[in-house]
Amino acid sequence: MEAKQQVTDQLPPEEKQYSYLNLGPTHPATHGIFQNVLKMDGEIIVDAEPTIGYIHRAFEKLAERRPFYQITTLTDRMNYCSSPINNMGWHMTVEKLLNIEIPKRVQYLRVIIMELSRISDHIICNTIIGQDTGATTGFLYLFQMRERIYEIFEEICGARLTTNIGRIGGMERNFPKRAWEKIDAFMVDFPPALDEFTRLLERNRIFMDRTINCGSISAERALAYSFSGPNLRAAGVDYDVRVMNPYSSYEEFDFIIPVGTNGDTYDRFIVRQHEMLESMKIIRQALEKVKKEPEHIYQARVPEFVLPPKEEVYNNMEALIYQFKIVMGETDVPKGEVYHSVEGGNGELGFYLISDGGRTPFRLHFRRPCFIYYQAYPEMIKGTMLSDAILTMSSMNVIAGELDA
Amino acid sequence: MTTSQGSITSNVNIGEKPEGYEGAGFFATSLDKVVGMARANSIWPLPFATSCCGIEFMATMGSHYDLGRFGSERLSFSPRQADLLMVMGTIAKKMGPILRQVYEQMAEPRWVISVGACACSGGIFDTYSVLQGIDRIIPVDVYVPGCPPRPEQILDGILKIQHLVETESRRRRESPEYKAMLNTYGIE
Amino acid sequence: MEGTDQEKIISALKEKFEGEVLQVELLYDFLTITLKKDQIISIIRHLYDHPDTQFQYLTTLCGVHYPDLNQIAVMYQLHSLQKNYRIRLKIYLPVENPVTPTLTTVFPAANWLERETFDFFGVVFEGHPNLKRILNVEDMIIFPLRKEYPLEDQTREDKNDTMFGR
Repeated sequence: MEAKQQVTDQLPPEEKQYSYLNLGPTHPATHGIFQNVLKMDGEIIVDAEPTIGYIHRAFEKLAERRPFYQITTLTDRMNYCSSPINNMGWHMTVEKLLNIEIPKRVQYLRVIIMELSRISDHIICNTIIGQDTGATTGFLYLFQMRERIYEIFEEICGARLTTNIGRIGGMERNFPKRAWEKIDAFMVDFPPALDEFTRLLERNRIFMDRTINCGSISAERALAYSFSGPNLRAAGVDYDVRVMNPYSSYEEFDFIIPVGTNGDTYDRFIVRQHEMLESMKIIRQALEKVKKEPEHIYQARVPEFVLPPKEEVYNNMEALIYQFKIVMGETDVPKGEVYHSVEGGNGELGFYLISDGGRTPFRLHFRRPCFIYYQAYPEMIKGTMLSDAILTMSSMNVIAGELDA
Repeated sequence: MTTSQGSITSNVNIGEKPEGYEGAGFFATSLDKVVGMARANSIWPLPFATSCCGIEFMATMGSHYDLGRFGSERLSFSPRQADLLMVMGTIAKKMGPILRQVYEQMAEPRWVISVGACACSGGIFDTYSVLQGIDRIIPVDVYVPGCPPRPEQILDGILKIQHLVETESRRRRESPEYKAMLNTYGIE
Repeated sequence: MEGTDQEKIISALKEKFEGEVLQVELLYDFLTITLKKDQIISIIRHLYDHPDTQFQYLTTLCGVHYPDLNQIAVMYQLHSLQKNYRIRLKIYLPVENPVTPTLTTVFPAANWLERETFDFFGVVFEGHPNLKRILNVEDMIIFPLRKEYPLEDQTREDKNDTMFGR
């Protein structure tokens, strides 16, 4: 690239001709719909202008119309590769507003679900990086493991992708026995499968040549652009919301934060690989801790805000009244402003909620990590070639649902 | 390996034979049936995946729910070479003209399958920025509801498309009714 | 956040900008400061550089429309990674003319966040390099997240509003 740069630099500026390439909204099915108009000097990219909004579904306006328990279905569809994390984040925000104390067992169950969905998100990202460099095998093999995670979610809540898992105040039902069996089987089967995928790509010479120094960003620029999550950790900053502002009993778990050095595509790939291993560690610890807690607890007992179990609703008068009041919105929601953030698959996913005492929020703003760090994309690809730009985009794990909300 | 009931090679049915007249070394049937069978078992889809249903499509393309065994192994991302436009996910009003352009670039015969509640009717997003169903701008052949539909449902939709492809008359695309239908969408 | 941290932040703020602070609240354990709108960028720059606070990470910024006050608030949320403080700054702008200087000189991350606030509420950020709509279609004339505009597209005819309680 340096030699070519010298040849084109020798031309006087007015003779340089740039061509414009439209990396249009209809990509191959993997990435999502956003558009980039690239100004190219031959094969080298000089400038890029992104356009987003092709899947703007007005979540923030829609949230002002939905009661608190219905907004969970909206949060599902933001980062749809790891929907349970979004759901849990929203539930924790509302619990902060309502001052509900969650029992320990529920927190451990939430940790298990969130780490499983983090693994499923990183599987998609890493296998797609492999596919974009030409190695489709990893995608096909590791997606089998994702099917196993989907089966676990199906046992717990009934849905595969848009899970709407849990309720405000806990879970809707206790985990069935088959869910525990499937989680245990997954813990045995996943490490060899991940190892197989790692051996395919991690020290593969072609992959390393493609991805090292491709789309790199320094730690200072990453912080200036408010990066978070694996992209920031690959640049060298160890900021993880689970460690800095722990929630849902993460402070009791023992895990490390993998950090890269260069901030390039290879570092992002390796950081996500190691995060999957750390998630496995956390799930193992959570499984141990759950065994020590009493088995019947799956939600907090705050009758004014948490829906009672269905058996009681059909048999008990007070439970019926509470159920009616909560669903019809007759409860006294406190007024206030609250912000809560969780470590999503892509970074700090935050919920800023203003409540005016009504049934629906007054204002709900989602702090979406993809939207904030995608701004740096033109800067990251300046001076690289077109194929590197594609790899950079896929390694940043830009999910269109979260970008546009 | 062989048993008296039949070996592993004799119980495999790759496809139904159309009606025809058979002899030594030849098989005569009507052109419609042969062309229909060939087209139905080799559809090249264009996955227009926008949101969550796109991830379920990726799962359908994976090895567990393999779409390739129905003949759709080769995905075409260029509309010029595609037969089936699979619209999966929410289409916002900003994306509408692009979807329309992609549809118009496809060559006849072309089919459209609308996967997911958002593509069928706007889904849960009854907002100012979401197109309430892609059948406002392009004609749709099969609707697959669900949010997101399970891979089995998507495969069911593709099987229905295969049935439509197999039984379609060769003259449908030049017929005045078809042209009138396209005119209602403003497509020439 | 502990009491001494809050005092440090408030005293760092009051060193130079005593008159700008309108209200200091602690909402759900989160320091929220309402300020006058004129010198917000210098205040944020001061908090960025001050050794006691070092708010060098922009978490988010958004707009809020208060129809009964007839004002649009812009909320900035900052985070100090070195000291692990979080702070929320709010300024209120009149609905008829919501104009405020841009934050992109301090944080490049504010670029698209301000475009989104402009798109949804119509807040004009002076000095922004590229202030146009980001999520909605380019030729939209209204600012949809203001409370007076409805959620649904009023021209659709296939959904029956009376049945769905809208």
